[in-house]
Amino acid sequence: MARDVILATEGLTKEFKGFRAVSEVALQVERGTIHALIGPNGAGKTTCFNLLTKFLQPTAGSIRYKERDITGMKPADVARLGLVRSFQISAVFPHFSVMENVRIALQRRHHGDSFDFWRPEKVLRRLNDEALALVEAVGLTEFRDTLAVELSYGRKRALEIATTLALDPEMLLLDEPMAGMGHEDVERTAQLIRRVSKDRTILMVEHNLSVVASLSDRITVLARGQVLAEGDYATVSKDPRVVEAYIGAGHA
Amino acid sequence: MADSATLDAAPIAAARPESRDDRALHRKVFIGIAVLLVLAPLVLYPVYLMKVLCFGLFALAFNLLLGYGGLLSFGHAAYFGMASYISAYGAKTLGFTPEVAILAGTVTAAILGLIFGALAIRRQGIYFSMITLALAQMAFFFSLQAKFTGGEDGIQAVPRGDLFGVISLADDRVMYALVAVVFFGGLLLIYRIIHSPFGQVLKAIRDNENRAVSLGYRVNQYKLAVFVLSATLAGLAGATKAIVFQLASLTDVHWSMSGEVVLMTLVGGMGTVFGPIVGALVIVTMETYLAQFGAWVTIIQGCVFVLCVLLFREGIVGLVARLIRKPL
Repeated sequence: MARDVILATEGLTKEFKGFRAVSEVALQVERGTIHALIGPNGAGKTTCFNLLTKFLQPTAGSIRYKERDITGMKPADVARLGLVRSFQISAVFPHFSVMENVRIALQRRHHGDSFDFWRPEKVLRRLNDEALALVEAVGLTEFRDTLAVELSYGRKRALEIATTLALDPEMLLLDEPMAGMGHEDVERTAQLIRRVSKDRTILMVEHNLSVVASLSDRITVLARGQVLAEGDYATVSKDPRVVEAYIGAGHA
Repeated sequence: MADSATLDAAPIAAARPESRDDRALHRKVFIGIAVLLVLAPLVLYPVYLMKVLCFGLFALAFNLLLGYGGLLSFGHAAYFGMASYISAYGAKTLGFTPEVAILAGTVTAAILGLIFGALAIRRQGIYFSMITLALAQMAFFFSLQAKFTGGEDGIQAVPRGDLFGVISLADDRVMYALVAVVFFGGLLLIYRIIHSPFGQVLKAIRDNENRAVSLGYRVNQYKLAVFVLSATLAGLAGATKAIVFQLASLTDVHWSMSGEVVLMTLVGGMGTVFGPIVGALVIVTMETYLAQFGAWVTIIQGCVFVLCVLLFREGIVGLVARLIRKPL
């Protein structure tokens, strides 16, 4: 069976002053799947994310997205190709309202670059309906005019997802979308992720293993910067090396 | 991930989205300023007022970069001063009419801003500021050495000339009218820039640069654009100043001028639309009316600045905005 790979890395390596945070990682993400990247703390998951979205430049190796080598590209340009990320520390524009947060993403998607300093802000109002629909989708309608900085943690994450979706990305990279969320929020966010994954590819880092188990089609386990195991949840969770990495890391 | 160490936009005055009420308030402030511009020369010296307006526009331009772009330039004297020289040279030696001289100075500042800005935005935070300072020092050195600037003497006795070759600007009141129009036009333009789709992206970058990048905004291009706009408007202020005072000198390109505009902006309230005007008014008034105390002016200025930072960090207008709970 030929695999339809949307994102692939080869020998991806990142060294920080002699320390290898990510070492020779070969990752293949299939189009239309939810792929999870898990591993104990310090396994290099976030570094991996930063490499894939070009926020960090790899020391060695290559990254291909949709058959295209993106290893040397700038982060903003990668985002423009439809590979959009979220951040572990919730990334919202704190002094923008919920609507404005979503609208700034819509503005990028529909207007491209906005160097039109001579035009009134009013021209952005036509994005309001679309922005509101996205705000509704993540259950933030009643907070539409609230400043992002005043939202609870879980709602900030929801807003971040709405903002990311506003770009209508082909592929989403979610860095711990459930981190710090209460039980209710986790369930809602999981449903949201499942819903938006319909015609998209998602690669996510997540600690909540039950979420990973229920959401992901494929799991890659990282430990000490290297790929330890790969497969579906049943395969991976039975792998003795994975068990050892988790237990070992927890009790060493 | 580059830490966005650009000036942490201190306390952003009245942190909430602007509403229709705020716009209505701003419209009233604009009308108030227009009325003051018309009435002020009946009571106060036009020359003093023109100085306030030129420096007010300079500070407004600077605040566009600092307050809305989050970029602290320590070299804005370069654009103010070089524009002033070109404007003076054009009017005196090349026989330009005043509007052409001012335009020439402004365009020069824009080009200089493009070159200096392209170099400076490659670094962030304090390094950005140091590069702007270093480049401005080069502009100062150039002004000191070049023939056309008149070295230590500067360019003196610049003719005010006839606007469009028709209206003589020799009378201070006529000159004042032109300066008031330039100032008000500059203020409106800056207000529009802040409230444009472009301004919205600037605010997003200032708020969370990495997130803006991850949404696909090429942030350096936006920083450069606001840098050039700021330099251009600073140039407009400098070029106009040269015609008003019929003088372009080393003072205009000196680093202390860069410092002064920072002072005006902070005293008035950085990141507020109207703060820099108040800041310029306060600083120019101190310089004018305390001139009799000689060197003590700097001491008094220093004290005012220290008190200002200690007592109301958000500046005069920032403080007012906080008290009435509306962005100004």
